[in-house]
Amino acid sequence: MLIAFFADIHANRQAFEACLAQAYGHGAKRFVLLGDYVGYGADPDWCLTKVMELVDQGASAVLGNHDHAVGNPNERMNVEARMAIEWTRGVLGLDQRRFLESLPLSIMDGDRLYVHADASDPKHWIYVQSITEAATSLSATSAAISFCGHVHKPALYTMSATAKMTSFTPKTGAAIPLTPGRHWLAVLGSVGQPRDGNPAAAYLILDTTRNELTFCRAPYDTEAAAAAIRARGLPTSLAERLLVGR
Amino acid sequence: MARPLHEPGVVLDGFRLEEIIHQGGMAILWRVTREGDSTPMLMKVPRIGEGTDPAAIVSFEMEQMIMPRLSGIHVPKFIATGSFAAQPYLVMEAIAGPTLLSRLRHLPLPYDDVADIGVKIAEALDELHRQHVVHLDIKPSNIMFRPSGEAVLLDFGLSHHDELPDLMLEEFRLPFGTAPYMSPEQLRGVRNDPRSDLFALGVLFYFFSTGERPFGESERLRGMQRRLWRDPYPPRKLRSDYPPWLQEIVLRCLEIEPAWRYPTAAQLAFDLSHPEDVKLTARSERLTRDPFTTVLRRRFNKELTSPRPRDALSDQLALAPIVAVAVDLGGTPELNDELRLTAGRMLAALPSARLACLNVLRQARLTVDMTLDEDGHNKHIDRLVRLKDWAEPLKLAENRLTAHVIEAIDPAGAILEFAEANRVDHIVIGARHNSLMRKLLGSVSAKVAAEASCTVTVVRARP
Repeated sequence: MLIAFFADIHANRQAFEACLAQAYGHGAKRFVLLGDYVGYGADPDWCLTKVMELVDQGASAVLGNHDHAVGNPNERMNVEARMAIEWTRGVLGLDQRRFLESLPLSIMDGDRLYVHADASDPKHWIYVQSITEAATSLSATSAAISFCGHVHKPALYTMSATAKMTSFTPKTGAAIPLTPGRHWLAVLGSVGQPRDGNPAAAYLILDTTRNELTFCRAPYDTEAAAAAIRARGLPTSLAERLLVGR
Repeated sequence: MARPLHEPGVVLDGFRLEEIIHQGGMAILWRVTREGDSTPMLMKVPRIGEGTDPAAIVSFEMEQMIMPRLSGIHVPKFIATGSFAAQPYLVMEAIAGPTLLSRLRHLPLPYDDVADIGVKIAEALDELHRQHVVHLDIKPSNIMFRPSGEAVLLDFGLSHHDELPDLMLEEFRLPFGTAPYMSPEQLRGVRNDPRSDLFALGVLFYFFSTGERPFGESERLRGMQRRLWRDPYPPRKLRSDYPPWLQEIVLRCLEIEPAWRYPTAAQLAFDLSHPEDVKLTARSERLTRDPFTTVLRRRFNKELTSPRPRDALSDQLALAPIVAVAVDLGGTPELNDELRLTAGRMLAALPSARLACLNVLRQARLTVDMTLDEDGHNKHIDRLVRLKDWAEPLKLAENRLTAHVIEAIDPAGAILEFAEANRVDHIVIGARHNSLMRKLLGSVSAKVAAEASCTVTVVRARP
């Protein structure tokens, strides 16, 4: 079975739609959503409605720091992020806010762990961007494969039975066999605000039959997503960065 | 951990263990059979237990990841794999016959034999590199030949796959390989440069053509590191009849700086199959090693020898294509100018690309063709001279340009055959306008464009 994973959608409808269409096209049957559905982007209402619809159909979803910030004005954030969240609060309805409040910090699904950031201390939203942080996260779980987002740059880490770490920058579209006997941590790129220099939306597909991971990219109409951000009166830097993926 | 039962007759996932073929330090090779399957097969089982070198386990893991992703005639066909959770193994096609190691007692081999073997291994390497893999352990015991002649590369336990995590690199941060064959950059921990395999191949050529290993057999890191600054004795010093073209090829493969070697295995194969066209640089004549001052500079100037960041493997190959341009010397000057312009644009953008200029000397189907024309000129030589004259305005370095006159009845067939045999990446060919010739003979360019297995650019002159 193919499971599609999405992280950091960030209210980018155009990007999310492109990823969903591509994932359905590949034959994805299940969905896992790794948090940060809102913030930065122009369409929190549409994106969250879609996420809730997928969850109704059996998708798994965890909480992200921007989702948490909707109901918690004290969450620490930079200026642009704070401005976007303040605007988002005035857009989301009661059902949507209740849905966000109900989300767990992490989900254990068989031998797989879903979490937004580092798994050792999920509520502190620690970035996993190095071998050291990946080792901390992997040591905190018994899961064979962990999935997280938050960093907005795709990466793959693995820890051997003797706790040796390997890091890898995945190549788009190349299936990676997850050899058993070691622990794997996939850090997803962002659907709605990629920061690895490639503006195409990032997501991931896990083939549970072959036990292979594929990091995927879906090109989308970045101009339209940027125009929508400007039209909402949100900081223009949030629109511009989408065009270059930074 | 339960002791796995490994003895003849045991059946593992449908494979029946027949006999042990080889017991190596890291793994045991069994001949295995499967009901209803006549493929000759062997099973590789890693030695795992207390005191096992962790590198052996990781190397086996890497081979399990890489082998199922390889295809083609130059690798053993992958059949099955068993996971570490139960009993790890790898089943693959068994290649009949001995490895290249069996030739060791006949060294040195005749020069032509070395070139012959060399072309086959270089072609196999080119195929492997195009599948995103650097072998990193090229040596005689990892090379076999199919009855049809093609080289087969074995053992991907130390290999690097450009699209997979490199477990060997991150876990050990030590050079892995076979001491006499390891490239300087491999000693420094670089594992993603396909030119490391060309260095190993250079060691093999040197050894097979002189009977001596260029860097000795030292297994100690200190001894191995000498190759970072000390070049080997030129083969001509060891054998006075050593052909300059072969020394040129061997010493170019053995350059300390990867960028000074052949850019791709395909370009190396090209030179090995056209010895008369190899550009003879100062390398080809040398009788002594580099002067002491050069060695000292390499030894103590870290800047010069430190590894540099590299492009992805596939990008490196894409930057060094073999381009073949088919020139019709009887064609219009406008078309031939346009052809030169097109070829020139490609080569200007790709400094590592090389150009092969082709001209087909058409043979009559029925009569015996006379090599001398009415004026007594040798047609073949005449064409070669005119072909080089056509290419002259491109001002290409001699080692980037070759000229070939092919005698054939069917020009399109001859161009396609040349492209196939020389691993050409891109054919550039002119199309004539509606001429009587085209009506009578059909279009050569159309046939080439339709049937080539590589990219074809069809060039037209504006009317």
